[in-house]
Amino acid sequence: MNIPTLAEMTANGTSPDILFWVGCAGSFDARAQKVTKAFCKILNHLDISFAILGNEEACTGDPARRAGNEFVFQMLANQNIQVLNGYGVKKIVTTCPHCFNTFKNEYPELGGHYDVIHHTSYLQSLIDEGRLKIADGGPFKGKSITYHDSCYLGRANQIYEAPREVLEALDVELKEMKRCRTTGLCCGAGGAQMWKEDEPGKKRINIERTEEAIATGASVIAVNCPFCLTMMSDGVKAYEKQDEIMVYDLSELIVQQNQL
Amino acid sequence: MLGIIAFSLVFILTFSIAARRFMAIRRNINLGKDELITGNEGKRWKNVLLVAFGQKKMFKNWIPAVLHLFIYVAFLFTQIELIEIFIDGFTGSHRFFAPYLGVIYTIAINTIEILSVLAFIGTIAFLARRNILRVARFQKPEMKGWPSRDANIILGLELVLLFGIFTMNGTDVLLQEIDPTHYPDSGNLIISSFIGPAVFGWMNKDALVFLERAGWWLHILTVFGFLLYLPFSKHLHIVLAFPNTWFARVRKNGKMENMPDIMQEVQSMMGISTPDAAAAPMEEIPEFGSNDVFNLSWKNILDAYSCTECGRCTAQCPANITGKKLSPRKIMMDVRDRAEEVGANLDSADEKFIKSDKRKDGAILSPQNYDDGKSLFDYITPEELHACTTCNACVEACPILIDPLEIILKMRRYEILTLSAGPSEWVPMFTSMENNGSVWQMPVDRDQWAKDAREA
Repeated sequence: MNIPTLAEMTANGTSPDILFWVGCAGSFDARAQKVTKAFCKILNHLDISFAILGNEEACTGDPARRAGNEFVFQMLANQNIQVLNGYGVKKIVTTCPHCFNTFKNEYPELGGHYDVIHHTSYLQSLIDEGRLKIADGGPFKGKSITYHDSCYLGRANQIYEAPREVLEALDVELKEMKRCRTTGLCCGAGGAQMWKEDEPGKKRINIERTEEAIATGASVIAVNCPFCLTMMSDGVKAYEKQDEIMVYDLSELIVQQNQL
Repeated sequence: MLGIIAFSLVFILTFSIAARRFMAIRRNINLGKDELITGNEGKRWKNVLLVAFGQKKMFKNWIPAVLHLFIYVAFLFTQIELIEIFIDGFTGSHRFFAPYLGVIYTIAINTIEILSVLAFIGTIAFLARRNILRVARFQKPEMKGWPSRDANIILGLELVLLFGIFTMNGTDVLLQEIDPTHYPDSGNLIISSFIGPAVFGWMNKDALVFLERAGWWLHILTVFGFLLYLPFSKHLHIVLAFPNTWFARVRKNGKMENMPDIMQEVQSMMGISTPDAAAAPMEEIPEFGSNDVFNLSWKNILDAYSCTECGRCTAQCPANITGKKLSPRKIMMDVRDRAEEVGANLDSADEKFIKSDKRKDGAILSPQNYDDGKSLFDYITPEELHACTTCNACVEACPILIDPLEIILKMRRYEILTLSAGPSEWVPMFTSMENNGSVWQMPVDRDQWAKDAREA
């Protein structure tokens, strides 16, 4: 695969059309890495000129800010903005809605102004423009799939339709959960919950959400966030349904459908 | 004449007591930090008209929305009728507008009668939902005692009001036939022309005159009672929903408020020049985040006073749904209760509430020197704050654009930045972010996956 870093491209005197912001999960989490690679595959397949920051990328600071640690957030955010502005980055695509939200809504006040787009919206626009063609008769055609809205793409940024349009292009049978779009239930990872145990209660949030997904009878749970991916996969495993119900990111569905 | 004097006295008394109480609430809201909320007027008007006036967000759940609409529209229309009641009360006239407006008067009173019946249905249904059907969101722990009683009292007052209106109109219809000079023709009233003969038809004129007055007084006294009760009750939302939607944050829900002090500190530490940084060095170690009404925004406290404790937020909260202690509604109730406590202590002017180092002769208690040894953390526990996933479900659910999340996050900031406390599991995360620039401390490079993928 061709995955250039921005430093390499700059050294060669070229610049990419988009910067792919990989994020911590996409870089380090074994399951999320597959999403990262799937998205790179699509970009390679379409000959889209992109680069990653590689080791110059740092966490956007989202979990620290939401945990209440503004100092750590500001350190990371300002560091990232210095790097991005140093390269003159204009357009960023992220596969994580938390990174997306931070770039879009929180970096501008700190001096980071970019055209930022979440990969589901990006994929949808590629499909709309006719650049990305979905193969007819792939493995997901007609399959019943449920879509889990992430909080940071959904309620935080009101993006509900782009991911559903991607699923429509895949020609799947979309089975909505009872709580969807504006009332979609959180997977339980946001607000830095990913890095701590649940507070005492009756149930884990991801179990509650997985039960709802299972109830749709769908064989695939489609997600748009690496943390939802972990939470929903754990939920499915807790019900020992990991052989019947798959949890996939939208980019993975496209890669499999088109057999890239 | 006696009636006019009695009415005028009650009127003046009611409005002066209510005005005092409303001023106290205004003072309590302003205990919060000053903040200019302006701009985006177009969006703000839209919020007031669609969300507050138009009840747009209520209609996510249409059964309570329709029932609420009955009571709401009936309430709005009754204000028109009140104009006549005030005129009649001050001048001793009877149905002042009836002779002048003719058929319009009949239509107006009939509209109020129909709306009153719908409001009656709504009120009975709401009482049933709370006390018989026991809808889950009304049964949460924070609703025990006063909050539930408060709701039932208001619904009860609603019924008294309707009883007053129909006693008044029902007897009036009969009196219009017996004594047309004193009781001007209101036209055929769709409900009272039926209720009047059916219920009061057997009575003599004296009894009818007495009951008509009793109904009239019951009606207006309930309205006055409502006005006095309102500022002590969750029902303040009928007033505050309008300013609250106007001042609601106009931004994406995902955006957290920036902390310019820390931004400038970090930027100057990193050698990034900012024009403001040099001008404002931090003199004393400041408090970050919020632990009390004084370091919340006034808007957070307005949110708290606007809350009608409907619990739509709590019913949507993933933490609450799965049995955690967090309830966004309780956060709002706690902030209001704390503002009330501080307000009452300030009103007492008791020196014991002055900060000990400022308690010298002649010192007068004020919000600036206030210290009662308590804070919002006496109401809201860290466990509640730690359960939040920042998912914005509560913010989305609120029919009048209250934002419980902003308060939760400000209190988390206080806990982490000022108290250096918080969940111990977050410490390694912070350390890793600070030292390695990633949320996990990993033994491999950030782009190891790319190196592997290039070779594969």
